Amino acid sequence: MDLVNPTPANMEAINRVQLARHDKRPYALDFIKLLFTEFHELHGDRKFFDDPAIIAGMARFKGRPVAIVAHQKGRDIKERQARNFGMPKPDGYRKALRVMKLAEKFGRPILTFIDTPGAYPGIDAEERGQAEAIAVNLREMARITVPIIVTITGEGGSGGALAIGVGDVVNILENGVYSVITPEGCAAILWKDAAMAPQAAASLKVTARDLLLHGIVDEIIPEPEGGAHENWEMAAEIIGGYLERSLAESDKLSVKERLEKRYLKFRKMGAFERV
Amino acid sequence: MSWFKRQTDKIGEIAPPEERTVKTEGIFVKCDNEDCGATIYRKDLKENLNVCPTCGYHFRITARERLQLLFDDGKYDERDTGIAPTNPLEFVDKSPYEVRLKKAQKATGLLDALITGEGRIGGVRTVVCAMEFNFIGGSMGSVVGEKITLAIEYCIDQRLPLIIVSCSGGARMQEGALSLMQMAKISAALARLDDHRLPYFSLMTNPTTGGVTASYAMLGDLNIAEPGAIIGFAGARVIEQTIRQKLPKGFQRSEFLLEHGMLDAVVDRRELKQFFVDALAFVCPDK
Repeated sequence: MDLVNPTPANMEAINRVQLARHDKRPYALDFIKLLFTEFHELHGDRKFFDDPAIIAGMARFKGRPVAIVAHQKGRDIKERQARNFGMPKPDGYRKALRVMKLAEKFGRPILTFIDTPGAYPGIDAEERGQAEAIAVNLREMARITVPIIVTITGEGGSGGALAIGVGDVVNILENGVYSVITPEGCAAILWKDAAMAPQAAASLKVTARDLLLHGIVDEIIPEPEGGAHENWEMAAEIIGGYLERSLAESDKLSVKERLEKRYLKFRKMGAFERV
Repeated sequence: MSWFKRQTDKIGEIAPPEERTVKTEGIFVKCDNEDCGATIYRKDLKENLNVCPTCGYHFRITARERLQLLFDDGKYDERDTGIAPTNPLEFVDKSPYEVRLKKAQKATGLLDALITGEGRIGGVRTVVCAMEFNFIGGSMGSVVGEKITLAIEYCIDQRLPLIIVSCSGGARMQEGALSLMQMAKISAALARLDDHRLPYFSLMTNPTTGGVTASYAMLGDLNIAEPGAIIGFAGARVIEQTIRQKLPKGFQRSEFLLEHGMLDAVVDRRELKQFFVDALAFVCPDK
């Protein structure tokens, strides 16, 4: 990557996408190490297998027990392959829901971290109901009674991201992106030319700023100068502040208020006119 | 001097080649199923609910035809009309989104890709949302999301059963993340419908893919499909490019999903109405 000044406000959308995908960008396990104590990963969906593209577990955040659900990309080629490049299979989403239900049962808040190119498109994923797994998570997350705080740390790849992205608060890192389709996929379909990805990225309005403008995210979390990959510790510290504040806000609400607020948050998304 | 005199020298313009053929278009149609290819008398096809009488191939039907097929006597009241799409992202690809919308609106006579109807099915008051594939591939944008959510909220308010007929390539790219969020919005509304113990049946027709499958289409109390429909999350081409191998025959067809436990039933269109009548009787309180 060749970026002179990575984070000016007017940076091209495709450069944000590149930063979100930066191979030195901190991933969920890095943030977990920096932000939480007593982390124990909880594996498997109790149905088929343990999907390494999704991390779930229990930990303490500033002393307080919380559940964590996150996508996990791999750092080197070997780990990338093992983690399927952070592309979950249905079993990953079912593991995520299992742990979220566990948190709900014992009244612990849920913190999710999004960073995925998308849900895995493969034969086995389709056979085991990729669509069904995502759909069920969307429905169930809308009614899980404990606070859910969502942070988009890198790539928000469509339904594969949203499947752990329904919550009371949805924040995004300054160089994070969130999109209905990858710029490359969009370019291939609409322009019949994957080389049009930069144009597609701009058209899709994938950047944090645009997402805030359209009411998709609540707040933009600033990154250290140059981007989160330049200083993991500082990035984690900043995120920690936002998590603490978001949790405190959701804590104040009764279950009924919280669920109503969460419902209305998504209810009002969309743009149309009455004629 | 001849008795008959030609007014002009020429016999007249020779008919262009395309007019020299006998026109059968509109009278006969060829079955879309490549293995069948039967020539079908159009009237026969229509009487057979647009199912090929030879091979049982289900032709795609419009949202209006779908509502007429499901409601008693084909009668229903349309709900939530007058909700129109905008271009929130000012999206431009090869053709501006506004132009695509205008074209689709002109072609279908609809404002967007979904019609909501309220009527009776087997005498039971029911709300049906039907997607229109001819409107930008039945793609789900803000209008589809809003209309389905309004339909769900209306069902909760009136305590009515809901049927959604999906026919869609997925979320509408031209509305970006706003389209994506319709998945969460509708699913959240369906959670409420479920909390109120009200029935929702999802019917998947050819095709039902992407964000539509990964939200409301798979969340029915009953998830059923017409025969031979393509149903899936990722598109076949994307999967082929990812795994670099050919897909098995029948992959992502209704029967494939049934075999893998993803559907309650595959129901022939000619038996669909009766299926819903019976299913509604099963879920509605006894009178």
